[in-house]
Amino acid sequence: MTELLQYEFMRRALLAAVLVGLVTPVIGTFLVQRRLALLGDGIGHVALTGVALGLLTSTSPVLTAAAVATLGAVLMEAVRVRTRASGEVALALLFYGGIAGGVLLIGLTPGASNATLTGYLFGSVSTVEEQDIWVVAVLAAAVVAVVAVFGRQLFVLCQDEDVARAHGLPVRFLSMLLAVTAALTVVIAMRVVGLLMVSALMIVPVAAAQQLTRSFRVTMGLAVAIGLVSSVGGLSTAFYSDLSPGATIVLIALAIFCVAVAAAGLTRRWGRRRAGTPRRPEVPLGADTMPQTARGG
Amino acid sequence: MSDQFTGTAVGDPDAPPAFRITDAVVGYDGAPVLDGVDLDIPVGQTIAVMGPNGSGKSTLMRAMLGIAPLSAGRILVHGTPLRRFRDWRRIGYVPQRLTAGGAVPATVREIVASGQVASRRLLSLPTRSDRAAIDEALETVGLADRARHSVRELSGGQQQRVLIARALAGRPDTFVMDEPMAGVDAENQRELARTIDHLRGTGATVVLVLHELGPLEDVIERSVVLDGGRIGHDGRRAPAATGACARPGHEHQHPHPDPNDPDPRATGAEAAPADLIRLEVPGSD
Repeated sequence: MTELLQYEFMRRALLAAVLVGLVTPVIGTFLVQRRLALLGDGIGHVALTGVALGLLTSTSPVLTAAAVATLGAVLMEAVRVRTRASGEVALALLFYGGIAGGVLLIGLTPGASNATLTGYLFGSVSTVEEQDIWVVAVLAAAVVAVVAVFGRQLFVLCQDEDVARAHGLPVRFLSMLLAVTAALTVVIAMRVVGLLMVSALMIVPVAAAQQLTRSFRVTMGLAVAIGLVSSVGGLSTAFYSDLSPGATIVLIALAIFCVAVAAAGLTRRWGRRRAGTPRRPEVPLGADTMPQTARGG
Repeated sequence: MSDQFTGTAVGDPDAPPAFRITDAVVGYDGAPVLDGVDLDIPVGQTIAVMGPNGSGKSTLMRAMLGIAPLSAGRILVHGTPLRRFRDWRRIGYVPQRLTAGGAVPATVREIVASGQVASRRLLSLPTRSDRAAIDEALETVGLADRARHSVRELSGGQQQRVLIARALAGRPDTFVMDEPMAGVDAENQRELARTIDHLRGTGATVVLVLHELGPLEDVIERSVVLDGGRIGHDGRRAPAATGACARPGHEHQHPHPDPNDPDPRATGAEAAPADLIRLEVPGSD
């Protein structure tokens, strides 16, 4: 580890990895709860247009990506609300629009090519500059602040939108806030794991954590721990073994997911054998509910 | 706690009705689901909104909570037009099912605590009284020993009780429940009926969307039956024709009452069963 810290670029990269591992699973927990696991992917594609715009106009690609991703998130949320049925299609449209826009703009940029985008698509944490770290740190602080202030309301929103309305919560504002926060998170993680894999770091740690937990809070905490282990562990592994950092981080997260699934299965089997009864002794099979049909009007 | 409600709503004959619905119309894609509904629900009443599927009873409930927007007419909640109503902590909504989405686990206590979202300030830590309200709510529905369980480990009936506890945790005085008996076994249905009777005893307004009265028969003070988006019946009892079990094609979702059931439900608020755990509800003290 000390060898790692001798290099200026690795110190920056590690700092970025810590911020990313910390923040992405927090937002990911809410997205999984709201069944918007693919939102991060959609925003990631849109952010590519932002990156290209930054390169074209010689401004910081991280900043332009943040702006365009935020705009894309707002647009996506607006479309989702207006056309409830075709929300998936709206997401798809943004996927394609984002990629096409990015490739088109990069083509107009002198001295840049699609290869320039590769670093953003798959991550290039070793080229992170000091200015990027500042932007990422500020964005990460903003995301944590949003969750600290609105976490309780977001929990209700993600649990059941109708209940949130019946509590008088500003549902539209909160949905927008979550989408924009997700957009900022995508930009934070962009340099580390790449736009195409950002969503993995939002979703996979949460998917792993929920195999082992009963509570929302603990799920989020464990997901953050898994996120940190993946991002820092992946970066170090990549440094020593000369692998692609982004891909290593994501594969470590996926490996943890597999272990969590196996562990959850084992615990269940153990518990059953120890109790000598079915897994839910308090719920005799078949006796607990009447068929939930023909309701509502 | 919650002294601001005491004396204004409960027991005050001059208090505006909990809900005043005037000529309410709700339409999805042009076809009206609610077609001019007039309904006053006085404070403290326990009322069932019934009707066959598609009659608009769920839509009426959603309109009363501002979930389904009105295309015409108006709704006053405790005397304030719905659009300007801000006192949401007075409303306790119990949805039909635990959640529409959500794969992330949550404990019973986390869900119940989330019922206080309307009454707590942003960034505030739970006070002792907040925690006490959660404990009381859990005890009232008989789930105190399950507080740390994941809600997914519970049966449908127990999940329904979690939802009622969530509404209770915010200490509202007006409850709106969407088919709380659906998908609930007999024992849980009796438990729920007891809880609702208890709420009535504290002077709360309880609006229940129901498929049939079932074990709530003795608790309900008034039944409104919707038919084709209009009110077809409004009276003390549901008309015999809506005894939905008698209808051909009716799908059973409730157990028939056990004739040997030793549970004599009290009909008056003052005669609430003594074995009930007392719950502090605004206005009761």
